[in-house]
Amino acid sequence: MCNCMGMVLSCSVCDVIVLPFICIFKARRCIRALKAVRAEHVAPQVYSTRWSSSTVPRITTHYTVYPRDKDPRWEGMEMERFADEADVVIVGGGPAGLSAAIRLKQLANQHEKELRVCVVEKASQIGAHTLSGACLEPTALNELIPDWKERGAPLNTPVTEDKFAILTEKYRIPVPILPGLPMNNHGNYLVRLGHFVRWLGEQAEELGVELYPGYAAAEVLFHEDGSVKGIATNDVGIGKDGSPKDVFERGMELHAKVTLFGEGCHGHLAKQLYKQFNLRENCEPQTYAIGLKELWVIDEKKWRPGRTEHSVGWPLNRNTYGGSFLYHLNEGEPLVALGFVVGLDYTNPYLSPFREFQRWKHHPSIMSTLEGGNRIAYGARALNEGGFQSIPKLTFPGGMLIGCSPGFMNVPKIKGTHTAMKSGMLAAETAFSKITDENLQSETAGLYIPEYKEALEKSWIWKELYAVRNIRPSFHNYFGLYGGMLYTGIFYWFLRGKEPWTLKHNGLDSAQLKPAKDCAPIEYPKPDGKISFDLLSSVALSGTNHEHDQPPHLTLKDDSVPVAQNLAIYDGPEQRFCPAGVYEYVPLETGDGMRLQINAQNCVHCKTCDIKDPSQNINWVVPEGSGGPAYNGM
Amino acid sequence: MLPLRFRRVTMSARVLVGVKRVIDYAVKIRVKPDRTGVVTDGVKHSMNPFCEIAVEEAVKLKEKKLVKEVVAVSCGPQQVQETIRTALAMGADRGIHVEVSGKDYETLGPLQVSKIFAALAKKEQADLIILGKQAIDDDCNQTGQMTAALLDWPQGTFASEVTLEADKLKVVREIDGGLETIKIKLPAVVTADLRLNTPRYATLPNIMKAKKKKIVNVKPADLGVDVSSRLEVLKVDEPPQRQSGVKVETVHDLVEKLKEAGRI
Repeated sequence: MCNCMGMVLSCSVCDVIVLPFICIFKARRCIRALKAVRAEHVAPQVYSTRWSSSTVPRITTHYTVYPRDKDPRWEGMEMERFADEADVVIVGGGPAGLSAAIRLKQLANQHEKELRVCVVEKASQIGAHTLSGACLEPTALNELIPDWKERGAPLNTPVTEDKFAILTEKYRIPVPILPGLPMNNHGNYLVRLGHFVRWLGEQAEELGVELYPGYAAAEVLFHEDGSVKGIATNDVGIGKDGSPKDVFERGMELHAKVTLFGEGCHGHLAKQLYKQFNLRENCEPQTYAIGLKELWVIDEKKWRPGRTEHSVGWPLNRNTYGGSFLYHLNEGEPLVALGFVVGLDYTNPYLSPFREFQRWKHHPSIMSTLEGGNRIAYGARALNEGGFQSIPKLTFPGGMLIGCSPGFMNVPKIKGTHTAMKSGMLAAETAFSKITDENLQSETAGLYIPEYKEALEKSWIWKELYAVRNIRPSFHNYFGLYGGMLYTGIFYWFLRGKEPWTLKHNGLDSAQLKPAKDCAPIEYPKPDGKISFDLLSSVALSGTNHEHDQPPHLTLKDDSVPVAQNLAIYDGPEQRFCPAGVYEYVPLETGDGMRLQINAQNCVHCKTCDIKDPSQNINWVVPEGSGGPAYNGM
Repeated sequence: MLPLRFRRVTMSARVLVGVKRVIDYAVKIRVKPDRTGVVTDGVKHSMNPFCEIAVEEAVKLKEKKLVKEVVAVSCGPQQVQETIRTALAMGADRGIHVEVSGKDYETLGPLQVSKIFAALAKKEQADLIILGKQAIDDDCNQTGQMTAALLDWPQGTFASEVTLEADKLKVVREIDGGLETIKIKLPAVVTADLRLNTPRYATLPNIMKAKKKKIVNVKPADLGVDVSSRLEVLKVDEPPQRQSGVKVETVHDLVEKLKEAGRI
């Protein structure tokens, strides 16, 4: 395991935790990590670029990299923040956060107690940043709101047909889904998760939860004893160059007895908390995949509401984890939700998940469904693949992690919503007992609630994740996909995860890329404009936008690393793995060499760059609230 | 000794600001399958950008103590209350929600809205109405002008600068040829153009405070306004797909291609 020693400095002016840190790795486990560290200090090899260390154009202006207390432009600016108190503050208005909020209010009403619950969400409206397949297992919903049908929950499409296949370039080999295999979907619903989350938001508001969409939690606040005090929302009115504008205003502080962090996969505040409280010292690093999704209105004759199709194989090779989904929704018009998932432990830097997705749509079995149809939406998001082995410590003084942020996704089932909701509910239940305990003697100002972890371990989430823990890691063998399927067929189907061993993952996703010179570029077909499309028109469909005059929220710890490392060694993989075209290597105005251009306005908040950057130089921070995609029922 | 009229205007001036809830400008619009309009259900909406500028101008006047009260008005279904709350968070004092929903809302246009504003202006005894110059969904650019006509008030449209001088309003207007400065007497209607100001953000503490500010519900019938439309939308279509262009090497080729296409 890796041991990181973090040095933490707290800024006395603005309370920001500044983390320059020095990592010391134990060599036995961390050969790969050591290579990454060494690479940072190797003199950059010149392939097609020349750069001078003194003339790297300035890219990053964000105050998390260039603190404001040292910046003369900020001298004399009023940095006081308005503060308010709540009982529980929840970061993130997704399935986990809203389930926690609803559960808290249900308990409060049941026990006739007053409880102030505030949810902050960076999207402009609840559900606007939600993206998922999605095939929902209603177990957690049945526990949370048993009368969901009467209340109009948008679960309109029960699964009627379940198909699984291995694709080759021209053919489709159907694979039977035996009962008992995790991908069996009987009893589940195909949903537009954004609409479901919107409905959850309405239920929460009815119960008295204070929802604040459009306000991002930008900073974790700490008590003097080191426990979490709450969060502060983003400042507004900072210019692109990092200086204050006329409309500058500080964010607001929300203090709470306990703060629940439900930011979804690879949350940026969770990233800080892992370092701050050493939450990852006894678990494997999280591994991820990127999921790209489109909504299509298809020809009515081809529409089969309730049909669930999954595939693996083409166009990915057997050593690149990934696959597709295609769900026929029953929501009025002949709508299908389809998408492609690529494991972010891929090794070829020339791989572009977006273009693999576009290419996959041209497979004869998929094209037959899409021909004559119309694409109406596009989006992308990273998802967790680490499962049981990657669950970190979940509680720390003053806070808890819920949902996909720590990561409870059942990877072979490709479902994480039900476990996210359940984790939110358990967090709410344990927090409620602690908060309303009149005899409570807390050692820290922020409540420490280890009962949450115990409750999780007793729940069905734990059993479920434990049972499937070996399926994803079983893909790390010479036969790749086929080895994994063989393992699943033999061990999972017979033993249901009772085998005594636990397979390990391969390490950090960002460390998996091979240098570009060792890999072959992939020839992708040009988009035809009818079935496959180019990146920019896809990004436009996501409705994403950000206030233009703000510091780019994709911050680089070191502005010189992209050209020196990522471009030189890996041929700039960020231009390929970003599903929104944020990163572009363009020639310098002086003519010699390249520079990285960050089109921050395009960002769809998928977090893939923060995960996959081989130099781990990119740090995604939250932009001004209400920026980002405008998904409608994705 | 200030003239009586000046004192009346500055001490008790009330400003009505119109705010419209429109589909956010960055969202890709989709035409409904039945061609009667665009899809709005679940689509991200926000305050019309020009209305934000109008609210900002009104709040600035209040901060300079030139007006006493800013009232935000919006016409539409339940959801427009969010838009009014944003205006309240920016500094408006109270809100008026004119309830129009269903078919009436789909056909609501500048003529009906201006009648509503004219009625409200009389009812609330407003001295100044500030509106955005146009809405980004219909691009009509008519409501301000019609409101002024119905009230027989002077109008300062496309305002890029507004100054209150005694009982007159000096308005710098952006016109085709440049800038025009006019002086109009209060009460008046002003419509805001892009360069009038930079709207402030509605910050979270202000949103929380805005929850305590009052929003009154009013029906058009209460104001004596008939919201039926004189216009009927026959159909709504996507614009024709743009054809890709062709690159030519020489002027000769260009002329040939133009002849082929029947253009010359």
